Amino acid sequence: MIVELGHFALILALCMAIIQSIFPVAGAAMGNVVWMSLARPAARVQFCLIAIAFAILMYSFVVNDFSVAYVAANSNSLLPVVYRISAVWGAHEGSLLLWTLILSIWTVAVTYFSRNLSDVFSARVIGVMGLISTGFLLLLLMTSNPFERYFPAPMDGGDLNPLLQDFGLIIHPPILYIGYIGFSVVFAFAIAALLGGQLDSAWARWSRPWTTITWMFLTLGIALGSWWAYYELGWGGWWFWDPVENASFMPWLAGTALIHSLAATEKRGVFKNWTVLLAICAFSLSLLGTFLVRSGVLTSVHAFATDPTRGLFILCLLGIVIGGSLALYAWRAPTTLKGGSIKLVSRETFLLINSVFLTVAMATVLLGTIYPLIIEAFGQGKLSVGEPYFNAVFVPLMVPVAVVIGFGAQARWGEDSAGRLWRHFRFALFGSVVLGFLMIVMLAESTMFKTVLGVSLSIWIIWSILISMRLRLQQQQQGWYALHKLPSRFSGMCLAHIGFAITIIGITITSQYSSEVHKRMGPGDTVELAGYSFKLESIQQKQGPNYQASEALMRVYRNDKLVTSLYSQKRHYPVRDMPMTEAGIDSGLTRDLYISLGEPLDGGDWSIRIYYRPFVRWIWFGAIFMALGALLAALDKRYRIAVRHKETATIEDGLAEKA
Amino acid sequence: MFVMNPKRRKVLFTIIFIVMGMGLATALALKAFQENLLYFYSPMQIKNGEAPTNRAFRIGGLVVDGSVQRDQQSLVVSFDLTDTLYNVTVNYDGILPDLFSEGQGIVANGRLDEDGIFKATQVLAKHDENYMPPEVAQALADAGAQIPTDHLKAQK
Repeated sequence: MIVELGHFALILALCMAIIQSIFPVAGAAMGNVVWMSLARPAARVQFCLIAIAFAILMYSFVVNDFSVAYVAANSNSLLPVVYRISAVWGAHEGSLLLWTLILSIWTVAVTYFSRNLSDVFSARVIGVMGLISTGFLLLLLMTSNPFERYFPAPMDGGDLNPLLQDFGLIIHPPILYIGYIGFSVVFAFAIAALLGGQLDSAWARWSRPWTTITWMFLTLGIALGSWWAYYELGWGGWWFWDPVENASFMPWLAGTALIHSLAATEKRGVFKNWTVLLAICAFSLSLLGTFLVRSGVLTSVHAFATDPTRGLFILCLLGIVIGGSLALYAWRAPTTLKGGSIKLVSRETFLLINSVFLTVAMATVLLGTIYPLIIEAFGQGKLSVGEPYFNAVFVPLMVPVAVVIGFGAQARWGEDSAGRLWRHFRFALFGSVVLGFLMIVMLAESTMFKTVLGVSLSIWIIWSILISMRLRLQQQQQGWYALHKLPSRFSGMCLAHIGFAITIIGITITSQYSSEVHKRMGPGDTVELAGYSFKLESIQQKQGPNYQASEALMRVYRNDKLVTSLYSQKRHYPVRDMPMTEAGIDSGLTRDLYISLGEPLDGGDWSIRIYYRPFVRWIWFGAIFMALGALLAALDKRYRIAVRHKETATIEDGLAEKA
Repeated sequence: MFVMNPKRRKVLFTIIFIVMGMGLATALALKAFQENLLYFYSPMQIKNGEAPTNRAFRIGGLVVDGSVQRDQQSLVVSFDLTDTLYNVTVNYDGILPDLFSEGQGIVANGRLDEDGIFKATQVLAKHDENYMPPEVAQALADAGAQIPTDHLKAQK
């Protein structure tokens, strides 16, 4: 009975979403205040209904109600409770429900934080979000109802995919989804502004904190996914340029470009066209990501058994969103978007270079990801684009981005002099190259152009950011002790860029100096790798709550001294008859030691992978810095004050633009 | 050029940046693209001599029951892949993915040697035991084979 209530709540939520999308937008067009005022209550009621549905599905998992087909397919009475809860979003139907729940949470957040916006504008924003929600609720109810019953109910469930029985899965999808869907807010802002014909600085200022917070979640989500793949797949890799990884990375690149372009639009009223396009682009790419993951059109390590009709539905949704918003853009842009002008040496220029390169990088990733699909659609054969393509194209495009960061953070708005920048940065420019070279010479036997380049660029970013911070403090006649007094949007920006540099260091060193060996080993055998000797002590049988495991104990020595003991398991989950590898990892600031069991071979031997991964943690540390930076920037007082005095701000901006 | 009116100058610079970026990306992309496109060939196409011998490609099919042979000293393994009409022998030196088993649909990257044996550099794993790579499903359909019923069920 309670399950049917969940289904019913979803249907009601769809009705609410339709009300939320039709009345406010129509009301805004016709000046009907009553219709516009429906936006907020409809959005809040919709949220409550979806939350009820979500809670009911979760309840069905916790009490093992296997008469629900989705629960029966993805849970088991032996599954620990925490995984039963996370199993709610472990497969297609539930993750779509999570999608709509998060969308409604973002919408409710907009209803609370938009009280200072004009009624017309906020009605349009909430209306557009209602439209998106309508599309997804339809998809959910028509093709993937999580509350479908299954008669007769099976005695026990089919268990959750063992790969997903992990802490990473509990948090990775929700955080990634919050990031994906957050772009719907920025998208709705852009569409509302196009509809109303007011793309002013106030619009850009409004969009900025939302974009930054969204980007923070997306950064964390991608980093978590990378970390999860690293320890859970047992391949010792942290990024595979897999279509599904690319699907989350493309909105990130577009979002990063958007953040920088928005800054220029807000401060100087320039690049409005570009900013609006990026906002549309970021959200469309999020939808594309959903389509790629959920349609099963791609051969990917992430591909799960899927249903083609769902893919078609999402593709239609994608077509409507991209087609509709671009048509609106083409119709409204010529009249609403009047850009200012920019000077060659100015912060605007650096921001523009940055966002162009990021967008081009995004386009190359997009090309490599969907090219196989296009070729196949035209019947030209089946193919895939190999990993080396992405590395060969993407990495060189990030070099100018990294170089520009240092200048961009310091250059003045409007116009700056090349001489001034040169005076401040000449030592940092040469110093970072020399220092990068010295560090590589000291740390490693072999020097490679790529490593020196990567490390030098990172040092350049950190050095130039520190110079910008010092100059900023000097301006206020303060020393480093007054660091906390800097405006938080500025410190946030610095922190995020330093995080980017840390990630580059991690990527550079891990890709160039990692080593690995795949070996056939029996108990007592020893393997040498990167100055460590790995001795396989034993392989024992273990019993888990819902699996059996063979556990290898490996002791690692360096110069005959014990460094660590690593345990790696090969698990067998009988319900799904599925094997799973648990890697054994000893993590450290400068290196990870990593083992994972392969397959049992004859005579008690096993195939074993052993990896040495220097600086791999830095990749994720950097991401944490970037996320913290984004949080700091989004919490800046300016946005809150600006909101409170929106009226004055708009007038000031108007004056500034005239001047 | 520097006396151009500001609006025109802005447009000019924007265009220059975009053209520069696009040009660089296109050059890099095309070069890398040509080197890294992996075409897919089914066992039937390989037997018909359609597959190239001078470059890497992808192969897919079902692992033939009882065909998996392991070397006793190393990690070298060989197995046959079938589209139910034709078989191709695959050699691989490395650790097979967790979900590799006889009867399972798999995809491998590598090259064809002179003896018609496929030297795999990578054997791809899936996250889901019911998952059938789309290429493999197509190869089986081309060979006129019935896709095993449990895979059909999983597609529902």
